[in-house]
Amino acid sequence: MEIAQYKDVYVFVEQRDGEIQSVSYELIGKARELADQLNEKVVAIFAGHQIANKANELIAYGADCVICMDAPELKDYLTEPYTQAITQLINEKKPSIVLIGATTIGRDLGPRLSARLITGLTADCTKLEISETRELLMTRPAFGGNLMATIICPKHRPQMSTVRPGVMRKMERDAIRKGEVETFVPKFDASKFRVKLLKKVKEDKGKIDITEAKILISGGRGVGTKENFEKLQELADVLGAEISSSRAMVDAGIMPHDRQVGQTGKTVRPDLYCAFGISGAIQHVAGMEESEYIVAINKDKFSPIFQIADLGIVGDVNKIVPLLKERLRITN
Amino acid sequence: MKIIVCIKQVPDTTEIKINPATGTLIREGVPSIMNPDDKGGLELALELKDKHNAQVTVISMGPPQADTVLREALAMGADRAILLTDRKFAGADTLATSNALAGAIRKLEYDLIISGRQAIDGDTAQVGPQIAELLDLPQVSYLEDLEYDGKNKFTIRKQTEEGYEMVEVDGKLLVTVLASGYKARYMSVKGIVDAYNREVELWGFDNIEVEEQKLGLGGSPTQVKKAFSKSAKAAGEVYEVDAEEAVGIIISKLKEKFIIK
Repeated sequence: MEIAQYKDVYVFVEQRDGEIQSVSYELIGKARELADQLNEKVVAIFAGHQIANKANELIAYGADCVICMDAPELKDYLTEPYTQAITQLINEKKPSIVLIGATTIGRDLGPRLSARLITGLTADCTKLEISETRELLMTRPAFGGNLMATIICPKHRPQMSTVRPGVMRKMERDAIRKGEVETFVPKFDASKFRVKLLKKVKEDKGKIDITEAKILISGGRGVGTKENFEKLQELADVLGAEISSSRAMVDAGIMPHDRQVGQTGKTVRPDLYCAFGISGAIQHVAGMEESEYIVAINKDKFSPIFQIADLGIVGDVNKIVPLLKERLRITN
Repeated sequence: MKIIVCIKQVPDTTEIKINPATGTLIREGVPSIMNPDDKGGLELALELKDKHNAQVTVISMGPPQADTVLREALAMGADRAILLTDRKFAGADTLATSNALAGAIRKLEYDLIISGRQAIDGDTAQVGPQIAELLDLPQVSYLEDLEYDGKNKFTIRKQTEEGYEMVEVDGKLLVTVLASGYKARYMSVKGIVDAYNREVELWGFDNIEVEEQKLGLGGSPTQVKKAFSKSAKAAGEVYEVDAEEAVGIIISKLKEKFIIK
C-alpha cells in the first residue's frame, strides 16, 4: 500500500429520510480542523436518493467538496448497498481519513467497510489529532471509561474512525461558503442484497434529543422516584431545560433509555449540566464531563461527582429542587 | 437448525491495570464474566433451541481460563463449546480477532451466527459485522427480536435512534444482539454438573482456516500508541449549607456564568 497516494479527510454523511443528521455536521467541523492542519480538503460522502439539493448545506458547514451518490438503492440505509457504494468510492478516491458517526447506522457500516477494505477502524473516538508525522491519532475511552487509549493505523489506509454524536462541535453555518459538488455513480451487485427493509417505525421517545439541549437537568438514585422526577421536570420547564438521567434510573424503569447519559447512554456537552442525586460513577462522567458548567447536588460529600463539578452542593436534592424552582419562577 | 454464538469473557470491575511497557491490559486477577450482550445472544439461541430444536455451538477466543464462560454457556443449555486459544491470536485488534473467529466458523456448519452487539471492555461493536463481511454473510445489528419461520426466513426487529426497523432475511446471516432484548436464563443445577463433565474443545491456529499473517498483533491494522488514565479535571467549589442558602449560591453562580439572567 502506497500511503502517500492517500489524501483528504472524508466524512460519511448520515441522512435519514433525506434529513442530514447533526452528527455529520459535527464531523465536518472536526474534519475541517484536521484538513487545515494537513493542508488537504474536507470531502463529504453524501449517499441517498434525490438528496442533491441538500449538498450546499454540507459546504456551508465546512466541506470543500461534496460527492453525491444518488441511487434508489441508497434511499434508506442498508448495510450491503451502502458498503458497496462507499467501498468503490474509497478505492477510487483514496482518502487518507474517513470519519463516520457512531450511530446505529455508522456502527453497522464502519466495521463492514473496514473488513472489506482491510483497514483499521477505531470506535467512538473522543479526540482526533494529527501527529508530527501526519498520522491520525485517535483517542477513545476503553473499559467503561477507565482508560484512554490513543490508537494509530500506521500501515493501512484510509484511517477510519467513528465518533459519537455530541462529541465534536459543528462550525457556524456560513451560507456564502463556496465548494464543489460532484457526483459518483456506484455499480451495484444486487445479488448480494439479502436484507429486505419491511418498515421503519418512529417512536415518540420524548420531546427532544438530549444531545441537542443547552441545559440538562439529570437525575440519579438520589432523586429516586417518578414523583421526584416530576419535580425536576417542573424546574426544567422554568429553566427551558431538558431532563436526562443516570443509568440507575433507566434500569429502574423510571426514565427511558434515550434520556440516559453515560458510557452506555449518550454523550452530552450542554452549557449547563445539573447532576442531581448522581454519585458520578466513571461510566456516567464519561458521557457528560465535557459540559461547559456542571452543578452537582449530592447528600454524600465524598461522591466522585464533586471532583468534576464546577459547583457542588452537599445536601438533599429533593429539598433544594422545589425551592430553586420557586425562586427562579419569581425572578423570571 | 445450527446456531453459532460468539461469546467474549470480559473483566467485571473498575480496577483495570495496564502494562506501561506495552500499553496492553493486564487481565490477571480481575474477576471475569460473560459479556452481557453475548449472554443476550446466547439466550436468543437457546430460545430457538427450545422452539426449533436448534443445535447451539458457543465459541470464544481468549486465554485458556476463558473456558469458564463457555462452561457457563454449556450449563445454560449450549450443546458444544470451542475455545480458540493460541499465542498466534494474541494482541489482536478487532479485525484480527474477526479473522480468527471467521477462520474457525469456516470449519463449522451453521444457519445463523449470533454475537452480542458490543463488549463492555472495548465497546467497539465491530467484531460481529466484521465476521459477517469475512464470511460473506448479510448482517443485522442491534437486534431486539427475531422470528424464525422454521425453514429459512428470519424476521428481525432492530433498534434505531428513532424507534425500530423490521427487516427480513432469507437464508444464512449474522445478527448482533442487544442484551435488553433477551433476559438470560439461569444455569440449571444439572446443567452446571454436566458442564464440568463435558469438554470445551481447544482450537489453535492449525484447527482454523485463515492465513497466519491476518492474525494477532501482526494482523492488526490498528495499534495502541499509548494508554493512559484520565487526568481529573480540577475540582470546583463545594458548599455544605442548608437548602435556602444552597439555592442562593446556585442562582448567583448561574447569573455570573450568564446561564440565567
